[in-house]
Amino acid sequence: MISKVRPHLSQNEPLLFERSSPGKVAYQLPALDVLPVDPVAILGVDNVRSEIPDFPEVSEVEAIRHFTRLSTWNYAIDHGMYPLGSCTMKYNPRINELVARLEGLAWAHPYQPEALAQGCMEVMARLEAALAEISGMDAVTLQPAAGAHGELTGILLIRALLEKRGNPRKKILIPDSAHGTNPASAAIAGYAVASIPSSATGVLDVAALAQLVDQDVAALMVTNPNTLGVFEENIIQAAGILHAKGAMLYMDGANMNALVGIARPGDFGVDVLHLNLHKTFSTPHGGGGPGAGPVAVKKPFEPFLPVPRLKRSGRKWAWNYRRKHSIGRVRAFYGNFGVLVRALAYILAHGGPGLRNATVDAVLNAVYIRKRLEPYFDLPYASPNMHEVVFSDERQAKLGVRTGDLAKRLIDYGFHPYTVSFPLIVHGALMIEPTETEGKLELDQFVEAMISIAKEVETDPQLVKNAPYGTRTSRVDEVTAARKPVLRWKPA
Amino acid sequence: MLEACGLASPDELFSHLPEAVRLKRPLELPPGISEYEIVDYFRRRAAENANGYASFLGAGVYHHFRPVLVDAVVSRGEFLTSYTPYQAEISQGTLTAIFEFQTMICQLTGMDVANASMYDGSTAVPEAVSMAVRATGRRRALIARSVHPEYREVLATYARHQGMPVEEFGYLPDAGTVDLEDLEGKIDDLTAAVVVQSPNFFGLVDQVKAAAEIAHRRGALLVVVFTEAVSLGLLEPPADADIVAGELQSFAISPSYGGPFAGIIATREKFIRQMPGRLVGQTTDSRGNRAFCLTLSTREQHIRREKATSNICTNQALIALMATVFMTVYGKRGLRELAEQNLAKAHYLAAKLKPRFTAPFFNEFVVRAANPDAVNRSLLRKKIIGGLPLARFYPELSDCLLLCATEMSRRADMDAVAEVLA
Repeated sequence: MISKVRPHLSQNEPLLFERSSPGKVAYQLPALDVLPVDPVAILGVDNVRSEIPDFPEVSEVEAIRHFTRLSTWNYAIDHGMYPLGSCTMKYNPRINELVARLEGLAWAHPYQPEALAQGCMEVMARLEAALAEISGMDAVTLQPAAGAHGELTGILLIRALLEKRGNPRKKILIPDSAHGTNPASAAIAGYAVASIPSSATGVLDVAALAQLVDQDVAALMVTNPNTLGVFEENIIQAAGILHAKGAMLYMDGANMNALVGIARPGDFGVDVLHLNLHKTFSTPHGGGGPGAGPVAVKKPFEPFLPVPRLKRSGRKWAWNYRRKHSIGRVRAFYGNFGVLVRALAYILAHGGPGLRNATVDAVLNAVYIRKRLEPYFDLPYASPNMHEVVFSDERQAKLGVRTGDLAKRLIDYGFHPYTVSFPLIVHGALMIEPTETEGKLELDQFVEAMISIAKEVETDPQLVKNAPYGTRTSRVDEVTAARKPVLRWKPA
Repeated sequence: MLEACGLASPDELFSHLPEAVRLKRPLELPPGISEYEIVDYFRRRAAENANGYASFLGAGVYHHFRPVLVDAVVSRGEFLTSYTPYQAEISQGTLTAIFEFQTMICQLTGMDVANASMYDGSTAVPEAVSMAVRATGRRRALIARSVHPEYREVLATYARHQGMPVEEFGYLPDAGTVDLEDLEGKIDDLTAAVVVQSPNFFGLVDQVKAAAEIAHRRGALLVVVFTEAVSLGLLEPPADADIVAGELQSFAISPSYGGPFAGIIATREKFIRQMPGRLVGQTTDSRGNRAFCLTLSTREQHIRREKATSNICTNQALIALMATVFMTVYGKRGLRELAEQNLAKAHYLAAKLKPRFTAPFFNEFVVRAANPDAVNRSLLRKKIIGGLPLARFYPELSDCLLLCATEMSRRADMDAVAEVLA
């Protein structure tokens, strides 16, 4: 029984290149107020290109219709619940968009004089301070462009400190439940990766950790709460084990939406952590980015943070480039400033109490979903969950229906699927994160959809396996896409 | 809901957390404020920045007009508030737009394939060098000093611990383009990549073809960097490159104090499997309709983990969409006309001054000024932000400014700049 949606027409639309006709334009330029020049005379005949082959030629109306029609083929948070576990798809307040576009901020050039960029610098300083307070850390760099970029920055910081102490060490320990970016980032920072198996309750196995930590281990990278949505209850012990051997505790802050205002990584032994502003702090995902991945550190790491650093110089902010221990730059300029503006707007809107309330609601929503769905889906780990809950498809798989099928059927019920087949330690995972955005009405519709699908599996598994039916695009042949890659349009 | 969960109070949600980890006090952040107060706060911050100034800054970030269609499109919630398009059936809008983006980047650069975006131009450089390292089985990189200095710094940070030694080669003191002799002297059979930028940091059209010949003769790949994408509307595409690593900020992406921007990696067909980042491919759905999906993901971190071609996950999709709309609005004719206007403006300004270098330039050029800071101070009094003093990056050019003129530069302001500098 599908209550949330019913089908409606969607427009067909060719690719831009297929709808182009010679001579059509959508642009306007002012008349030149200087003399035109001859490109060939100035640049040399070898340096001037002929026309750009097959580049679009459409009118303004065709352009806006093209992208509007495309947009209607997407699902979005603005349509409804987007329960992707680990992605924290919460509402993206429109006020954030407005303030990020204010001319004095949006048109600030990164090299304009510091005296004429004080507003930008103040925004960054205020955000650094707020993130330090929220995370319980001592210093923050806003330079990294996304979570994985923050991971790389954080691991480089750990390497720099250990190097200073005489031995950068050789490897990073990573639980088997971790995001793939963790090992990939560690490798770029020059470390080998060793995997630690999770315990039977789905948390860090402290005994295994104690055995693994030796003089070669630089750090443990841990996500807390972990990707099962379970708080790492032994985190303080783990930090103690690492620190006793001179190793560091790195925390992936992907799941900070479970902790803001409740617990601070800096208070439970974390040395370095990154935050995802496009998750916890509501900046839009935009179909895959941009994000921002600030890194927060304890005091001993501060000298190594990327250049430049903000510093107070009398009553003004200045950029400090002279920091001899810095790991260097991880990107040009100062960070994804426009994303930082949005995140600060979110923090200002909520304030301290509001941020904590959001966490409470996010966890309550996930616990509610667990309670309601537990009778229908296998729950591989019984530990209390926080902001997300992970089921497995064990019961449905017996009837030949896998998590990916359940997910596709959920589309017909008007929801974006949950995260499929992650974390890897759960066979056939359904990873569900509602966030604080959803009210009871939407949650109940989601729960009812999941229950209805569970029943369909029992009565008509094939129905679920061939889903979705209501979308303009049915199941996509990803195998052929990879086997015979067509990665660009070409004229017939 | 609490009741349905069998809880007496919200605090019980956290009762399983060890006592020692729990925050026992409220966060020391002021209470929340209303929309009006938030707007007011950021308006006041914006007012503390430059407002109403003409600017002649470029150096990797350019002032180009943003067609209004761009924000109309990217403000649509369907694009703004959607996730990475892993679920192809309900993400065809984003996937189709990325496929168009990849196609247009190929058309512009003369490459066979382009990815769905990188963080920015600066981080695209180490990604391109890593690709070359994998493709050649060699580890050394040579990068021209005429590549954006901050891009070179980023490469140094990335390369340091991956066993990828990076060395710089110079530029010609008069022409300002790469010193090919210096490159010849430094390249060897261990060199994986030669990195040049065109237009280079000084705005000059650089010797891509000649650098390619030298690189290829020694079995190295040529990486061509660009920071001013509008130049591609007029300049010969870097078709001799093996990898193009660029920055699209010029395509309707506001300067935004340095980000978010969108980088790209484009390359030849044979290096597809060495590429970092997401790729969208064409396929069909079960009804036989054309459809698009993310593809070749066995290169990526969520499958390959520490053996992935890159650690990138989140990219700059919405910013790439801005660039896609920009390219659509300007199109074949408009991008050319826009580039020609930039060329005309910069050469109008340069004609009144004496450019420091002799090679042809696009919309940026270096000029001598006995005291660059004093020049900029006098310009600020006329509400003009002058050029970038080069002392910070090039001690040998401490008496120089890098000036940029675009279609947005007014003749009267250019005259004022020329007057102060003359």
